[in-house]
Amino acid sequence: MTAEPATDGRLSRRGVPLIDGIEKVTGRARYTADLDHADALIGRILRSPVSHGDILRLDVSRARALEGVWAVITGDDCPHTYGVLPIAMNEYPLARGRVRYRGEPIAAVAAIDAETAERALGLIELKVTELPAYYTSEAARAPDAVLLHDNKPGNVEREVHHQFGDVVHGFAAADLVREEQFCCAEINHAQIEPHASLAEFDPLTGRLTVQTVSQVGYYLQLMLARCLDMESSRIRVIKPFIGGGFGARVEVLNFEIVTALLARAATGKVMMQLTREETFITHRARPQTDMRLKLGMSENGRITACELHVVQRGGAYAGYGIITILYAGSLLHGLYDIPAVKYDGYRVYANLPPCGAMRGHGSVDTRHAFECLVDRMARELGLDPFAVRRANLLQAPTRTMNDLTVNSYGLAECLDKVERASGWRERLGKLPPGKGLGMACSHYVSGAAKPIHFTGEPHAVVNLKLDFDGSVTALTGAADIGQGSSTMVAITVAETLDISLGRVRVIAADTAVTPKDNGAYSSRITFMVGNAAIDAAKRLKAVLVAAAARKLEARPEDIECAGEVFRVGNGDQSTLPFADVVAAALVDEGAITVKGTFTCPPDAQGGKHRGGAVGSTMGFSYAAQVVEVSVDEATGLITVDKVWVALDCGHAINPLAVEGQIQGSVWMGMGQAMCEETRYLEGLPAHASLLEYRMPTIMDSPPIETHIVESHDPYGPFGAKEASEGALAGFPPALVNAVANAIGINFTELPVTPDRVMDALIQRRRQARLASTLKAAS
Amino acid sequence: MPKSAALLVRGTTMHKPSSQPKKRLLKLKLNGRWREDAVFERELLVDYLREVTHLTGTKTGCDGGECGACTVLVDGEAVPSCITLAMRCEGRNVETIEALATQGHLSRLQRAFHEKLGAQCGFCTPGMIMAAEALLRRNPTPTDADIRTALSGNLCRCTGYVKIIESVQAAVESTS
Repeated sequence: MTAEPATDGRLSRRGVPLIDGIEKVTGRARYTADLDHADALIGRILRSPVSHGDILRLDVSRARALEGVWAVITGDDCPHTYGVLPIAMNEYPLARGRVRYRGEPIAAVAAIDAETAERALGLIELKVTELPAYYTSEAARAPDAVLLHDNKPGNVEREVHHQFGDVVHGFAAADLVREEQFCCAEINHAQIEPHASLAEFDPLTGRLTVQTVSQVGYYLQLMLARCLDMESSRIRVIKPFIGGGFGARVEVLNFEIVTALLARAATGKVMMQLTREETFITHRARPQTDMRLKLGMSENGRITACELHVVQRGGAYAGYGIITILYAGSLLHGLYDIPAVKYDGYRVYANLPPCGAMRGHGSVDTRHAFECLVDRMARELGLDPFAVRRANLLQAPTRTMNDLTVNSYGLAECLDKVERASGWRERLGKLPPGKGLGMACSHYVSGAAKPIHFTGEPHAVVNLKLDFDGSVTALTGAADIGQGSSTMVAITVAETLDISLGRVRVIAADTAVTPKDNGAYSSRITFMVGNAAIDAAKRLKAVLVAAAARKLEARPEDIECAGEVFRVGNGDQSTLPFADVVAAALVDEGAITVKGTFTCPPDAQGGKHRGGAVGSTMGFSYAAQVVEVSVDEATGLITVDKVWVALDCGHAINPLAVEGQIQGSVWMGMGQAMCEETRYLEGLPAHASLLEYRMPTIMDSPPIETHIVESHDPYGPFGAKEASEGALAGFPPALVNAVANAIGINFTELPVTPDRVMDALIQRRRQARLASTLKAAS
Repeated sequence: MPKSAALLVRGTTMHKPSSQPKKRLLKLKLNGRWREDAVFERELLVDYLREVTHLTGTKTGCDGGECGACTVLVDGEAVPSCITLAMRCEGRNVETIEALATQGHLSRLQRAFHEKLGAQCGFCTPGMIMAAEALLRRNPTPTDADIRTALSGNLCRCTGYVKIIESVQAAVESTS
């Protein structure tokens, strides 16, 4: 079906535990590393010891000769590039000729055990001529820099220049214009499950089966077919339980292809388990972002113009880079009504592990800069931060200047809720010394309206199977990675059919069984797969109603069904239980399969300008949050005392899961704001463990009070929109604004570590001393 | 056929056992049952559990002692099994997540983590529940601070810990 205004959902269930929760709490859930691999070979990867260089010699003969080694592969075994964007596939699963970051896969071994595989790696002879390596955007863009990719002059992967409205006029009309530089450090998803992949190649049938940590089984199938020169019909990708994603696994990863290549070379089964260090090196997370932001504001708080210059240090290969740099500009729109926006973005190659998509893809760092500067300007104009946001609200439905559709908009209510809940008006400015309150807003897409691999197929397909036993099985390609998408499918089906949740079973993400799905990214599943599931359930309901009508000798339009009972609605008291209706429906038919689909209409797929599809969606989620902090001026330590967050998710299909997603995303924003940062020493990751990559522990984590706002999106399933990403981007600026409120210092760099706080405090004391000395001298 | 397929011939030759350290007999009580296994002296408890006894509920999330996903109980104490030698458990009582649900009933912590959404992706959950189990056994009425201290070595990336704390509190309040 194409999206059409949905009727208001009347959900009875307010919060349902995950349908696969029992497996998780009992330890029965099988993640990739838990799969039976007693008979599998063990895979290991040889990685580049240098950041940039040409491979002079790669001799694997001694490794191959080692007893117990079944296969050794190199770049020679795969001449095909891969990548998530059809226009930017510039990466080989194993390097060919050139290595561009430290840790890049060069060769791989499959052996009978881990010790043998590691010994074999040690026998591979590698000689590399080093080239100059660049670890900053600036160095990579220097005029004399060696190019990482010959077709990308200046080591710039993509430049974006967008202007909507008249910024010159906008700044001229402003009462206050401010310009500020911001920098957000590179961070990592750090999902708790390390990467792993299990691949089995059967040489007798020529079939490949892969079980892996991917959020995008369909893309993996495509890339395996490409890299292994196989028909995709011979490849089966099965998703086991997945220990978190957050974007780490939304593009096909080198080790997944390498494992499959090894399985074919060894003609068997290969288990590849990456270490935590290798999982960090595989990366694909949020890039370091340097920003220069200029805003114009009138004295009543109206934003008159916005000009943003962004440089993202993207790492050595394309990955999602083009999308990230486009998102950073396009999602300046859609949150507020801004009359003029100019955006210049540069995605730069550097000799570091490739960046990619991470929760809040592309929008987080630029939203941070924006919400910080808006707050500072509000303070300068003597305006309340809430009032400034309220002065710039959109009116839905509307189309933004860059052609994004906004069909529902609950931001005003989000602001009201957190303002009240946090006691903002009563408490702001009256807190004890060292304590502060800050706030910020954010938004995110409910699924990219234009798919990456555009094929003309619907955005989502769900099959429902009804059999003699009265069970309803939903078949979906959507990857549940812990966010609860399978539970969402079960609820939407059960609600539409008005049957018990326990009657619905969900089988997800097995390419041999489930219909193709683009995967778990851009928060697309609830909106798109949810709508497809409802469509399928409506079709199944029509089949059941027709069967009941035949049995009750009534017209289908007179049949009512509720709670697994069918009756004639015109006063006739004859009823039929669900089992009888199913039996009637199966006469002459047998097991029934129906299909539901969902397609975003073309007018929701963004503007016609270059890159205009990025940011387009059927529904934006909206969030506002207030953060309360205490800053210890002796240690520079910031404690987050409490967070109040409100998110407009349209309609909470499963409020329990929505709360969990909001809390998790806010908390992930907190990690980025306060402590998370990837660091490289000459390209060597210095952060590649869960101790050195410092994310908040339970000791650092505040209470997060969540408020769900339901704006009832006209096109969402039961009115729902996404709930997993929208609140993240608001935390870092809310924190920085709270710290400014607490100690009067405006931080422009993330994370705001105790070191940075101490440096700023010391500098302030020095300046104060200097000022008083000068004053005394004069 | 890929060019390295020829390796199959070499790969199928008999592999001589390498001169690895010797195995020793390990006797321990695992999830209520005594058992004996031949175990490498250097074998880690987590590898013994996952690979020898096939109890894969205990997870490996890091390169050693960082994340707590491998937490099990040894004589009732929460222990990271990825930095514990299996041989150190000789004669001791080891309990894993698989032992908690008995006779078709979830333990109170398991039920609370399920119902309160203390588990999202579920990967840290077994370790988290075992760490909480050790806490509740020694302190049936923990405060919020007690809960935080007991779980401070267990990392979760999904929940922000809010619903994990609520789950442990709910388990404390439940009577069973």
